[in-house]
Amino acid sequence: MSDLDKFLKKIENNVKIEPKDWMPDGYRKHLQGQMSQHAHSEVIGMQPEGNWISRAPSLRAKVILLAKIQDEAGHGQYLYSAAETLGKSRDEYINELQTRKAKYSSIFNYPTLTWADMGAVGWLVDGAAIVNQVSLQKTSYGPYSRAMVRICKEESFHQRQGYEIISHMALGTPEQKEMAQDALNRTWWPSIMMFGPHDADSARSGDAMKWGIKVESNDELRQRFIDKTVQQAELIGLTIPDPDLKWNEERGSYDFGEINWDEFWAVVNGDGPCNDQRIDHHIKAHEEGRWVREAANAYAQKNN
Amino acid sequence: MENKEALVNYCLRIGDSSLVLAQRLAEWCSNGPMLEEDIALTNISLDLFGQSRMLYNYIAELNGKGETEDSIAFGRNERAFYNVLLSERPNGHFGDTIVRGLLVDAFNFHFYTQLQNSKNETLAAFAEKSLKEVTYHLRHSSEWVVRLGDGTEESKEKVQASLNDLWKYTDDLFEMNEDDIVLVADGIAIDLTAIKPLWLETVTSVVKRATLTLPENGYMHKGSRKAVHSEYLGHLLCDMQYLQRAYPDAKW
Ligand SMILES: [Fe+2]
Ligand SMILES: [Fe+2]
Ligand SMILES: [Fe+2]
Repeated sequence: MSDLDKFLKKIENNVKIEPKDWMPDGYRKHLQGQMSQHAHSEVIGMQPEGNWISRAPSLRAKVILLAKIQDEAGHGQYLYSAAETLGKSRDEYINELQTRKAKYSSIFNYPTLTWADMGAVGWLVDGAAIVNQVSLQKTSYGPYSRAMVRICKEESFHQRQGYEIISHMALGTPEQKEMAQDALNRTWWPSIMMFGPHDADSARSGDAMKWGIKVESNDELRQRFIDKTVQQAELIGLTIPDPDLKWNEERGSYDFGEINWDEFWAVVNGDGPCNDQRIDHHIKAHEEGRWVREAANAYAQKNN
Repeated sequence: MENKEALVNYCLRIGDSSLVLAQRLAEWCSNGPMLEEDIALTNISLDLFGQSRMLYNYIAELNGKGETEDSIAFGRNERAFYNVLLSERPNGHFGDTIVRGLLVDAFNFHFYTQLQNSKNETLAAFAEKSLKEVTYHLRHSSEWVVRLGDGTEESKEKVQASLNDLWKYTDDLFEMNEDDIVLVADGIAIDLTAIKPLWLETVTSVVKRATLTLPENGYMHKGSRKAVHSEYLGHLLCDMQYLQRAYPDAKW
């Protein structure tokens, strides 16, 4: 049996691929891209939420938010380590992020304008992330799969905490309710775009499915997210900003309106409201920390 | 309770210092020199927020006027905050933050070690819990001061300057007023003059290990016991209290 046959046999039998195993070049490259994109998303996602730490409206809300963002940093750290098993260093991945060769989830290129956005982000963005990550627990690459198992537990806390924030506001004063609806209006479409292009338009999906990296398609995952989220909105009296949203008895799912793919691609390609800000922020922190990392290295070398 | 007002003031002082430093440290989130430090500084910040919440809840209980941790944190102006001056210093660069950390952590370490013996059971229990946390904080700041001091020439120069800059706020930590005198007599509070040599010993040993020089004692800024602060505090509070002030009827 050739290496490739052995590899495909493992995929077929749901045996995880491990770092030392033979794998096709395309498989490695695809995973390097996807896992680092995932790691970058965790880290860049700290910024829009970090925007509200200093202004959180209660001490309890503040520590929940701060601990949540700390979790995301931990996810980033963990995913970088997992991605490093593919033979590329964290520094290399970070360099790709800063030179815009690597992407991160486009949702983080939108601004967080009110406290209600902390609710909407936890509820919808972490909510969408969970749907995606639960599915990725079955991914064929061992370190990635294990990372997803570990991360998913925390993501479901984040989702509940976000929903709690937006519920309080939706059921609060008229001004709070207005902020909650406004946050939903702004976050809804970008969060359903998080699942990526329609299956028919998704170039890279074919190989990813064949290799067991992806186990479910973008559209399947998007539909699952919408179906579980609509009732959550109704429960707290918020309206999903999609006039075409309608329960489809036959499919047992919600039909929904046309996604604005021009907006999606514009943001992916760098023209979202905060793309420049996010990358500049990352570079600034990285550059300002250079002397610290150098000092730590110098000290470690002297004392070894 | 006898001397309730002094006790409330004493708790405010400790709680405010934790709160303001926690708020400062939280500013590092997504700005650290490496992901590991974002996480570490957030940990310390979370501990300190927790400490302030415990004391604010205790104050609310002592006063019995329907206050909450939030009304205490978000409802006072800068002239009613008693945090030590060091806690409100801007983060500056990483070395500034770390040195500020060392100076405060070393104080907290000795302070809580002794406060464990307070005759006030709530404070004693609070001190015991907090000591575990600040022991870790002190280790974190000490290790970094050593690494930066004994790292590169650039880092040594930077962190020495941080130490020289922040030194002038250290006497403020040890100021004692009427509240201290009353509460020390009751066996509730700590005699801060007795803490000072211990603090200096800890700081000196870290500074030595870091191959840095202990600053000369020059002019010392004080004022926190009278709630007289730098201009920085007002902005920090303005940011922190914005939502509570803008929507006083809202619950979050
Ligand atoms: Fe996330
Ligand atoms: Fe995450
Ligand atoms: Fe999350």
